[in-house]
Amino acid sequence: MTQLALVIDLNVCVGCHACVTSCKEWNTSGSAGPLVDERPYGADPTGTFFNRVQTFEVGEFPNTETVHFPKSCLHCEDPPCVPVCPTGASYKRKEDGIVLVDYDKCIGCKYCSWACPYGVREIDEKSKVMKKCTLCVDRIYDQSLAEIDRKPSCVKACPTSARLFGDIHDPESNVSIAIRENGGYALMPEWGTHPSNHYLPRRKTNIKIHEDELERADNPLKVDGLLPKPAKSEPSLDDITSW
Amino acid sequence: MNPAFSVIFLTTLIGAGQGLFLALFTLQSYAAFGLLPKEADGFYATGSLIALAFLALGLVASFFHLGHPERAWRAASQWRTSWLSREVIVLPTFMGVVFCYGLMHFLHWKPQVATLPSGVPVDLSDLFGIFGTMLAFVLFGCTAMIYACLKFLREWNSPLTVVNYILLGGASGFVLAAFYASVAAPELTKFFSGWAFIITFLGLLGRIASLVRNKRLRPKSTIQTAIGVKHPKIVQKSVGFMGGSFNTREFFHGKSEAFFKMLKPAFLVFAFVLPLALLAASFSVASAMLAGFAFIVQYGGLLAERWYFFAEANHPQNLYYQSIG
Amino acid sequence: MCACRCGIRVHIRDGEVRYIDGNPDHPLNGGVICAKGSSGIMKQYSPARLTKPLRRKAGAERGAGEFEEIEWEEVFGILSDRLGKIRSTDPKKFALFTGRDQMQALTGLFARQFGTPNYAAHGGFCSVNMAAGMIYTIGGSFWEFGGPDLERSKLFIMIGTAEDHHSNPLKIAISKFKREGGRFISINPVRTGYSAIADEWVPIRPGTDGALFLALIHEIIALGLYDRDFLVRYTNSGQLVNLDDAHDEFGMFVRTEVPQEEGCYDPQNKLWWDRNTNKPVVTHTEGADPYLFGEFALPDGTSVKPAFQLLKERVKDYTPEWASAITGIPAETIKRLAHEMGITARDQKIELPIAWTDSWGKEHDTVVGNPVAFHAMRGLAAHSNGFQTIRAMSILMTILGTIDRPGGFRHKAPFPRPIPPCARTPNSPLAVKPNHPLDGLALGWPADPDDLFVDENGEPVRIDKAFSWEYPLSVHGLMHNVITNAWRGDPYEIDTLLIFMANMSWNSTMNAQEVREMLNDKKENGEYKIPFLVVCDAFHSEMTAFADLILPDTTYLERYDVMSMLDRPISEFDGPVDSVRIPIMPPTGDCKPFQEVLIELGSRLKFPAFVTPEGRRKYRDYPDFIVNFETEPGSGIGFLSGWRGKGGEKFMRGEPNPKQWEMYAQNNCVFHYELPRSYQFMRNWNKGYLDWSQRNRITRYSEPILIHLYSEVLQKFKLAAQGRGITRKPPAHLAKRVESYFDPLPFYYEPLEAQMSDKGKYPLAAVTQRPMAMYHSWDSQNAWLRQIHTYNYLYVNAATAKSSGIADGDWIWVESQWGKVRCMARYSEAVEPGTVWTWNAIGKAAGAWNLTPDANESQQGFLLNHLISEELPENREGARYSNSDPITGQAAWYDVRVRIYKAEAGEEVSSPQFEPMKPYPGMKARPSWIAYFGGKNK
Ligand SMILES: Nc1nc2c(c(=O)[nH]1)N[C@H]1C(S)=C(S)[C@@H](COP(=O)(O)OP(=O)(O)OC[C@H]3O[C@@H](n4cnc5c(=O)[nH]c(N)nc54)[C@H](O)[C@@H]3O)O[C@H]1N2
Ligand SMILES: Nc1nc2c(c(=O)[nH]1)N[C@H]1C(S)=C(S)[C@@H](COP(=O)(O)OP(=O)(O)OC[C@H]3O[C@@H](n4cnc5c(=O)[nH]c(N)nc54)[C@H](O)[C@@H]3O)O[C@H]1N2
Ligand code: SF4
Ligand code: SF4
Ligand code: SF4
Ligand code: SF4
Ligand code: SF4
Ligand SMILES: [Mo]
Repeated sequence: MTQLALVIDLNVCVGCHACVTSCKEWNTSGSAGPLVDERPYGADPTGTFFNRVQTFEVGEFPNTETVHFPKSCLHCEDPPCVPVCPTGASYKRKEDGIVLVDYDKCIGCKYCSWACPYGVREIDEKSKVMKKCTLCVDRIYDQSLAEIDRKPSCVKACPTSARLFGDIHDPESNVSIAIRENGGYALMPEWGTHPSNHYLPRRKTNIKIHEDELERADNPLKVDGLLPKPAKSEPSLDDITSW
Repeated sequence: MNPAFSVIFLTTLIGAGQGLFLALFTLQSYAAFGLLPKEADGFYATGSLIALAFLALGLVASFFHLGHPERAWRAASQWRTSWLSREVIVLPTFMGVVFCYGLMHFLHWKPQVATLPSGVPVDLSDLFGIFGTMLAFVLFGCTAMIYACLKFLREWNSPLTVVNYILLGGASGFVLAAFYASVAAPELTKFFSGWAFIITFLGLLGRIASLVRNKRLRPKSTIQTAIGVKHPKIVQKSVGFMGGSFNTREFFHGKSEAFFKMLKPAFLVFAFVLPLALLAASFSVASAMLAGFAFIVQYGGLLAERWYFFAEANHPQNLYYQSIG
Repeated sequence: MCACRCGIRVHIRDGEVRYIDGNPDHPLNGGVICAKGSSGIMKQYSPARLTKPLRRKAGAERGAGEFEEIEWEEVFGILSDRLGKIRSTDPKKFALFTGRDQMQALTGLFARQFGTPNYAAHGGFCSVNMAAGMIYTIGGSFWEFGGPDLERSKLFIMIGTAEDHHSNPLKIAISKFKREGGRFISINPVRTGYSAIADEWVPIRPGTDGALFLALIHEIIALGLYDRDFLVRYTNSGQLVNLDDAHDEFGMFVRTEVPQEEGCYDPQNKLWWDRNTNKPVVTHTEGADPYLFGEFALPDGTSVKPAFQLLKERVKDYTPEWASAITGIPAETIKRLAHEMGITARDQKIELPIAWTDSWGKEHDTVVGNPVAFHAMRGLAAHSNGFQTIRAMSILMTILGTIDRPGGFRHKAPFPRPIPPCARTPNSPLAVKPNHPLDGLALGWPADPDDLFVDENGEPVRIDKAFSWEYPLSVHGLMHNVITNAWRGDPYEIDTLLIFMANMSWNSTMNAQEVREMLNDKKENGEYKIPFLVVCDAFHSEMTAFADLILPDTTYLERYDVMSMLDRPISEFDGPVDSVRIPIMPPTGDCKPFQEVLIELGSRLKFPAFVTPEGRRKYRDYPDFIVNFETEPGSGIGFLSGWRGKGGEKFMRGEPNPKQWEMYAQNNCVFHYELPRSYQFMRNWNKGYLDWSQRNRITRYSEPILIHLYSEVLQKFKLAAQGRGITRKPPAHLAKRVESYFDPLPFYYEPLEAQMSDKGKYPLAAVTQRPMAMYHSWDSQNAWLRQIHTYNYLYVNAATAKSSGIADGDWIWVESQWGKVRCMARYSEAVEPGTVWTWNAIGKAAGAWNLTPDANESQQGFLLNHLISEELPENREGARYSNSDPITGQAAWYDVRVRIYKAEAGEEVSSPQFEPMKPYPGMKARPSWIAYFGGKNK
């Protein structure tokens, strides 16, 4: 069975928010749209977004890590948001594991959002239905798009390619390999939701320098340290005394 | 969580309605076994009407919670998995039963359907009463399970939630019954007040138990599990937006710590201590107003209790929404 | 859209924009796009768009924002009258300054044709130190001119960069680099953005990087970790410097006997002291090997030393321990950094099997690279010691042998260029003549004091005092001083100031509050001190309020644009690339591309370049101009280098091609010429490349461009300041200044403002950073972006804040010697304790950008610029110089010192506040909510 998902590589995410606005941009005019913005030019502007990038500081100066942390619906394999929905508007697709909301069925009771531990569902305050990441279902199967464009908008946008997209049930997929080889992990594993989206941790490259590597046989100082010998004709003690 | 008034009203109003129905049928059962004199049908009919009114008001309140009330009917479809869906089915069913129950009494149409081995006759209204009682408990269960089933809302995820919904709904229903009796059948006031006292007291114990439990809860999710970084010191610097979002509005009560702290003793006093005192007083002082006062005080207290119940629940999603920057 | 110039695809549905994504076939961004680019829709349909030419209402005060709509015909009438008069009397009374545009080739041409010296773009307040510091050293620079070769690098050191001009390409490259196991070190007082993903963050005190680099050089030389072969052959390290103090040529390289013409290039007439023959020989003599250290006496007795010896002496006392006290970086870390750099460069050499020939005719079988790459930007540039700091960095890169080599720094066409590049300004006021184009360029690259643009008393000719003795190498001008100088009438008064795409009353001005007053200030006769102010903008910016005339520009989706080889093209390491924009929407309302405005005005004013000899208009419109304009009749050089020649068969040079636009359109709007592999590296000294570049008229000369480890240019100014030599001499009051800062070898000095501040009173350095999701001031009108940055905090190290009794989120005052602002504090562990910082230009004036007056930007957001002065405190002689680098005039944004303290309770709004701006005629009403859906039918 297929389970499509995103894998987000925190090792390279620079927190640029490209995925945030490209998601909004694609989806507001797509099958999941429009996505409202309230007070767009006033105080406390707010709107519906499917994807947010947050920032955390880990540790204390000077040993601080700044972690940029994008988060959208994780398309859980055991999505607690689905069974609680009284109308069946929230559902998980059999064919690819995408968790979706059927806007025509949704009564806007918000119960599913309470049932999601990750805070990724957002009610649209104008259309009054629950919205969330669709994994860009209206892109990834669209045959009218070129092959390379059949990807979620956020994935395409991401300048650091911190966002991978694929089938985590296929062990040979790019995402499965990335998870396997880079220590991919799930968020809040304690709830048994089995999020499909995974995160890759920071990985560090260090250089180990051994003391004896500092100097090498061809050290240029061996050449440059040799300054010219004085000319034999230059004055020396030989000229003044004979002992 | 950020408590929605529609939900507070929904749960407290139908709780009182359910409780009142239970009180009525308790009386009828006592009477059936001859433990109390038989009461006129009118008392049951009017009582059912009052219960229905509370239930209906609750139902109306619930609609304010929906983005699309016109589609509410769809909510009945997922009874296999969703407690909310079950509630949506049980509540009108229960209302129907209460309605029939009241109507039978109103029409004095209570054909006998059976006789208990002890010789006590069982009429149709008894059957509806039994059925209604079961539904009332099921409804309490459904309502409570809506919250209790959410395992990561750990303040709610406990049998105490179900117990308390039953006890608090029951208490307010019995107090309401006492009030009703004090107006319509003063001789029954003490009967209801007595039960009301007991249930309120149990409710107090149940609620204290849940407060104590919740106070002891250690969060299972931490910022470390939320973002998957292992370090004792992690501080959020930005939630990713600054003007608020659904996730900052729906899951934070937004009131000051002081208000929140003050509310706990307040609701304990208003929902339990004061009503208990008033009920106790009503045993010695014959005053119609005492039970009425007890009901109003308690209902107010229960509104606060329910607000607190919602607000106290710390949703793990809040780990992701702590600091704007 | 922004300066990065990524390739985008705009998807239209029923006439509306449905989606904008990156063009996967574009060389720059390869399909990715940033947060701003993805929000282009909200920019296009923003209610802050200007749609009508506007004139200040008669009788209304400037700045009050009272405008009336007028027609373009009237605009052209007003402008051609006024400008015509100025041009025929005193052209320098017209000044044209432009912000973050990409059309300096055209605006520069317009100004030159007008005849005014008063033209510059944003470079002076942006990063001229980076351009000048590197170009005067290695003949190329970061910025749009070159960059780190992360494809092949192993160790990447990023200094003082938060976002940069090349942001998408940089992000692509860094992530690839990291994935491939490269080690990434970031040196920055703050850890955000790129620094967040660095393998190591080295927090540094602002303004002290020069000390760090000098210590790194010290350590690398001391351990012999420098690339000797590279230094010998490709730099002036071995050249002998005249140290005869009595000599006028003191500190200059000794020349051979054979006199050689010294054009705009480095003639190969210097000497080495050959270790084989122990005699002075002409550099690069076959078989010779120069001493890098030592002291020698020429046959005539002149004492000389190799330049590298002088560098070694210079850094002698710049030990890691010394630098540690200044930078706050532990000495151990400094040493380790030096070792990591030196050992990686030495032991991880890359050798590519690419044969090439150097300028001296020597054939090489391979191209060798030392895979240590650097990148730096405004964290170095925006300090008043930035030029020397960047020289030090360039020298560090050089001694590691990493210039235009694989894995190191790589040039992008049209760089490298001679040191300094050949463009010169006129050097006398006589070049400014009524009704004549300026006799020379408004901006250039002085090679010695005689190139300064000053009068016979040494006084500046330009309004911004660029190329004067105050800021001799101000190669990008000093836009940040234009308003103050014009207001003061120093050096003279002007009549008309035309500002294009710059928000000079807000974020691109220092001292914003006072500058706003200057813009409104009147003379005794009631006339404004700056009599006529024209602003071309696309949005309702703070600046437009001060305009007498507003020219509404189109957006990037509505106009033709070129990223020209004559300006800053989008070249890649492997060869020149230029590109175009082709409109996909009609102009909104009465918007008109500024390019069209310039061509119309140029034609009406009959500038020689815009009319035929008979005085008839030459170009129909801008696209026509782009196709047909040639730098000189028949030169074959125009704005675009692709598909030239009658049928599009030529590139770089060729006759105009009437189908040029179509050909760009068919090719992703990009022309990319990939150089032969053997021309892609070592271009400073690559004979093949230099000849190619000369043949294609990218450069005039094909002489090798030796790296100026030791800078004679700087020494020439020093000599002049010492009263030596035959060049012009600075006025007495400036001699000391020039003498101290013009040093042929890099040195460290504390930033000027810090030198003149009471650091006990103002203990903290305050800097800004670019947020990745905002472009300067102009994205707050964008409904999506402004949700991400609605206001800004001042980030303070938690320990620093606590010691001042400030809690997280408190309202505080930030005070410098120039003023104070009120804002909110946010604790951070990712900032060096002596530094506070905020996101740049999030704070707005109330009502600007068509936001409601209570919008968070103005009520909680704040602008740091109020704390920064455009001028330094008075010096002992009572003179005030620009708050800039004394060499280049680079605005010293990041020098300001501040203190912070808690605001009183009740002070919960940012300060200062300004009278709210009103919407202008022609602007859309702002909706209270939007649910955008591109294209009507769902
Ligand atoms: N998204 C976005 N992109 C942009 C722009 C934008 O506004 N928004 N603007 C464009 C423009 S015009 C420019 S000039 C470029 C500028 O691009 P950058 O040079 O990256 O610009 P800044 O944000 O000024 O970054 C300065 C960095 O230097 C650090 N710093 C400050 N002082 C020092 C110091 O003394 N030493 C060191 N080592 N670091 C220091 C700051 O903490 C900050 O991280 O960005 C361009 N790209
Ligand atoms: N404190 C502090 N101040 C700084 C800096 C800093 O780091 N710290 N950085 C400095 C630097 S490096 C720079 S480059 C400057 C940038 O400063 P500016 O060049 O002033 O940049 P913006 O503020 O974006 O202003 C550009 C103006 O162009 C307008 N505009 C946008 N698109 C168009 C268009 O298509 N056509 C026209 N005609 N106008 C358009 C915008 O509305 C805006 O008014 O800021 C400088 N100011
Ligand atoms: S992340 Fe939340 S909304 Fe998405 S599937 Fe999991 S529980 Fe449901
Ligand atoms: S808000 Fe919509 S999707 Fe969510 S539980 Fe209610 S009906 Fe289902
Ligand atoms: S997959 Fe699509 S819907 Fe989901 S976050 Fe990415 S762009 Fe948004
Ligand atoms: S686009 Fe990529 S790098 Fe930028 S915030 Fe999103 S995931 Fe991170
Ligand atoms: S805004 Fe700049 S960086 Fe972003 S996509 Fe456009 S050109 Fe590229
Ligand atoms: Mo800039």
